[in-house]
Amino acid sequence: MNLQAMAHEIPVEGEQTLEGIDFITSGDQYLTFMLSNEQYAVDILCVEEIRSWEKPTIIPNSPSHIKGVINMRGVIVPIVDLRLKFNLGAAAYSETTVVIVLTYQGEQSTRTIGFVVDAVSDVLNVEECEIKPAPAFGSCVPQQYIDGLINAEAKVVTLLDVGNLQKIEKNQIHS
Amino acid sequence: MSVDLSQFIPSFLEESFEGLEIMESGLLNLKPGDNEVIHSIFRAAHSIKGGAGTFGFENVTDFTHLVETLLDEMRDGRREITKEDTEILLESVDCMRLLIEAARDGEDYDSEKIESTSKRLTITLGEGCARDESSEPEQAQQASHNAQYHINFVPEHCLAKTGNDPLFLFNALTELGNLSLAANTSELPALTDIDPQELYLSWQLTLATDASEDDIKEIFEWVEDECLLEITQQAAPNTNTPAEANRTDDLPVETTTQPEQQAAVDKDDASTNVAEKDKGKAKSKAKSDVGSIRVGVDKVDSLINLVGELVITQSMLSELGSDFHMSKIEKLTSGLEQLLQNTKELQESVMRIRMLPISFAFNRFPRLVHDLSIKTGKEVELVIKGEQTELDKTVMEQIGDPLVHLVRNAVDHGIEPAEVRIAAGKKQQGTISLDAYHQGGNIVIEISDDGGGIDRNAVFNKAFEKGLIESNASLSDSQVYDLLFEPGFSTASEVTDISGRGVGMDVVKRNIQALGGRIQVESTKGQGSTFKVNLPLTLAILDGQLVKVGSETYIIPLISIVESLQIDKELLNRVSGDMVLYRLRDDNVPILPIYQLFNLEADFTELDNALLVVVEADGQKVGLMVDDLLAQQQVVIKSLKDNYQQVAGVSGATILGDGSVAMILDIPGMIQMALNNAQHAQTLQTKASYGELMS
Repeated sequence: MNLQAMAHEIPVEGEQTLEGIDFITSGDQYLTFMLSNEQYAVDILCVEEIRSWEKPTIIPNSPSHIKGVINMRGVIVPIVDLRLKFNLGAAAYSETTVVIVLTYQGEQSTRTIGFVVDAVSDVLNVEECEIKPAPAFGSCVPQQYIDGLINAEAKVVTLLDVGNLQKIEKNQIHS
Repeated sequence: MSVDLSQFIPSFLEESFEGLEIMESGLLNLKPGDNEVIHSIFRAAHSIKGGAGTFGFENVTDFTHLVETLLDEMRDGRREITKEDTEILLESVDCMRLLIEAARDGEDYDSEKIESTSKRLTITLGEGCARDESSEPEQAQQASHNAQYHINFVPEHCLAKTGNDPLFLFNALTELGNLSLAANTSELPALTDIDPQELYLSWQLTLATDASEDDIKEIFEWVEDECLLEITQQAAPNTNTPAEANRTDDLPVETTTQPEQQAAVDKDDASTNVAEKDKGKAKSKAKSDVGSIRVGVDKVDSLINLVGELVITQSMLSELGSDFHMSKIEKLTSGLEQLLQNTKELQESVMRIRMLPISFAFNRFPRLVHDLSIKTGKEVELVIKGEQTELDKTVMEQIGDPLVHLVRNAVDHGIEPAEVRIAAGKKQQGTISLDAYHQGGNIVIEISDDGGGIDRNAVFNKAFEKGLIESNASLSDSQVYDLLFEPGFSTASEVTDISGRGVGMDVVKRNIQALGGRIQVESTKGQGSTFKVNLPLTLAILDGQLVKVGSETYIIPLISIVESLQIDKELLNRVSGDMVLYRLRDDNVPILPIYQLFNLEADFTELDNALLVVVEADGQKVGLMVDDLLAQQQVVIKSLKDNYQQVAGVSGATILGDGSVAMILDIPGMIQMALNNAQHAQTLQTKASYGELMS
C-alpha cells in the first residue's frame, strides 16, 4: 500500500468538519414558535428539549397559567402555558401543542421550566444587528419579556427574554 | 518557588479535628501507667503541631507545643498523671479546637481563654520535676546567649525545587537566638538568564545563642545533602563585629537581610500565595457547608458489583429487544424481574452510603458527662450501647443538639446528689445510658438515667400554676410527661447554668418533629426516667400512603397517619355554624376535605360514607377526606423548590411507578392553611356584616 496515496485520503483538518454540515450558519440561532397566530422566538441555546403535551400533575392553588409539574427524567419541571400568561386568547390543546423546556442559568441558580406553545415552527439565523427594539405601544405581552423584534421575510417575530420569563415567573407566583 | 500548600489545608483540618477527638477520648480514659493511651494522645498532638507548622498556623503550633511538652513529660514518666493535669489538657484540647476553627474560618478567636490556658500550662510545666532544656525555646531565648556561631551556608541551585525554602531555615534559627545574616549574590546571573526556580544565593550567618551545635545542625537536617554547610563556634559574643566586617569585605556582599532576587521572587510568591490562600479559605469554608462523607471501601465495592450486574442485565435486555419475538416473552419477564432486583439493591446500597454509625453523634457525650459531673459534683457513669447503629447523615447532624440537651437534663435533673442516692439505698455513682437500635423503619435512641424519676405531682402542679391545665384535670402519666415539652416549662426548683431555664425541652421536641420523629417519656419514681426518640432512618425516602382525590394522587406520610376509616353518618356533628366534626371515640376531629383546600374537582363531595384519613400534627388531629385509598409504598422525596418554589400544604413531590408526579402532603402546613382560610372567611364575614350595618 502506498503511504502517499493513503495520506491523500485522510482529509485535512477543517475539510472534514465542513462535510457533514449542509448549511452554514451566521449569527445566533433562535427557535421560533406560534402563539395564537403570532410568531415568537427564544435563544436556541436555552432550549433543553421539545416535548409533546401531556397532562401534568396539578399544583394546589396555583395561578391558572401554571398548569402543573411533570417528570422529566427524574427532575420535577413546572409547566407554564404561555398563551394564558400573555393573555393571547383561548388555550386549546391540539395535536401540535408542544412544551418547550427552557433552562436558564441565572446568577444564583439554574431553573428549568416548560412552556406550552401552539406549535414549533422554525430555526432562524439572525445577526445581532438585525434585532430591532420593540415599539413601546400597548400589547398583551408585558414589555419586560420582550427582547426585540426580528424581521423574517414577510413576518415579524417577537424575541422573548428567557431570563425574565423565568425570573418574573417566580415573583408572579409569590403575589 | 514554593508548592501551593493551600490545597491541602482542608485535609489538614479534617485530620486535625480527628486528632483532637482522639486526644479527647484518650484523656477521658487516661489512667496512670497507661502508656499506650498517652502515646496515642501524644502522636495526635504531634501531628497537629507538625501540620499547623507547615501551613503557617503559628498560634496553633505554639500552643500545641506547650501541650506536647506536658504530654512528653507524662510519656517519659517524669510526671505523674494527676486529675488536675488531665483537666488542663482537656481544656487545652478545647483551645486547640478553637484555634484550628479560627484558622479554618479566618476569624478571630477568644484570645483571653487561650492565654489563660497557656499560662496555666506553663505554670504546670514549671511545677514539673524534671525539665527538658532543648524543648523549651522560650527559655533559650530569654537566657543570655553565651556562644556565637558562624555558619557558612551555600545551597545548591536546585534547593528550592525540593520544596525547601531558606527563609524557613532562617526563621527556625531566629528561634534559637539572635541571628544576623548577609547574602552573597556573586553567582547571580543576568536577569535574562535567571531561572526563577533556581536558587543562586549563598549566606553568611552569625548566630548568638546558647543552643548547641547539634541543635543548629538539626535545623539544616533536611537540606544537608543539598548544600555546603560549615558551622564554626566563637566563644566570646562581643568580639565578633570586626570579625564579621572582615569577612564581609572578602566577598561582594549585599548586606540587606533579604537579597533582592529572593525578595522579588518572594514578592511574586507572596502575592499569589495571598490570593490563593484567600481562595483556599473561601473554598474550605464552602466545603465545610457542603460537608464530605467518608465511605467504607466495602460499601463502594458492593456498589460497583451491583452496577456490574446492572450492566449485564441491561445488555441482556437490549439483545432481547433487538430481535424480539413473542416466543421470548418469558425471557423478557425474567430479565425485567432481574432488573427490578438490581435496581432495588442498588437503591439500598446508595442509601447506605449516606448512613453513618451513630457513634459520630454519641462520641461527644463522654466529654460532656465528664464536664457536667465535675460542675454538678455528681459522680456519673455513661454507658453507651448500639454505637454501630447506622443513621442518615442529615438526621445525625440535626439530632446532635437535642440529644445534648437530653443528656444534660439527665445529669442535672435526673441523677440525684450523692447523699440522696445513698439514703435511697442506691449506688453513689449514677448511671446514664445511651442506646440506639432499629425498630421497623425507624431508629430509636434511648436516653435513660437511674435517678429520681419525674415527680408527677410537681409537673402537674407546675402546669396548673402556669395555667396549662385545670386543677381537676385527669391526665394519664404520659399526658403529664408531655407537659414537660410545653414552652417555658421547668420544674427545677433553682435555675442552674446547666439547665432549668425552661427553654429547651420544647425546642428539643420541635427539632425532633422537624425530622419527622417523635419523643416519648417513661419514668418510674425513684428508679429513673427514659426518653425515647423515634426517628425515620432517612430523610430522602418516606413511607407513604397513596390517596386519590379527583384525578390527582397524593401521598400522606405514614408517620402522621393515626387511622383511616369510612365515615359513619351517626358520628358526624355540625357545630357552631358550619364546622363539621367527626366523633372518633373521645375526640372530636374536624374534617378537612382536600378538594376544598386545594381547589380541585373531586369525585365524592358527600360526607356520608366518604373515606377519612385521620392524621395528627402538633397534637392536632384532623380528618382528611379523600376519594380513595391506594397502595402504601416508599417514595423518594424530590424538591419542588429547585425549579419552582415552596407550595403551601405540600412538602415535596415524588415520581410514581408510572412516571407521573405526585405531591407529598405537608400535614402541619395543611392544618395551618385551613386555619388561615377560616380566619380569612371570618374577616370577610365581619366586613360584610359591617357593610350591611352601614347601608
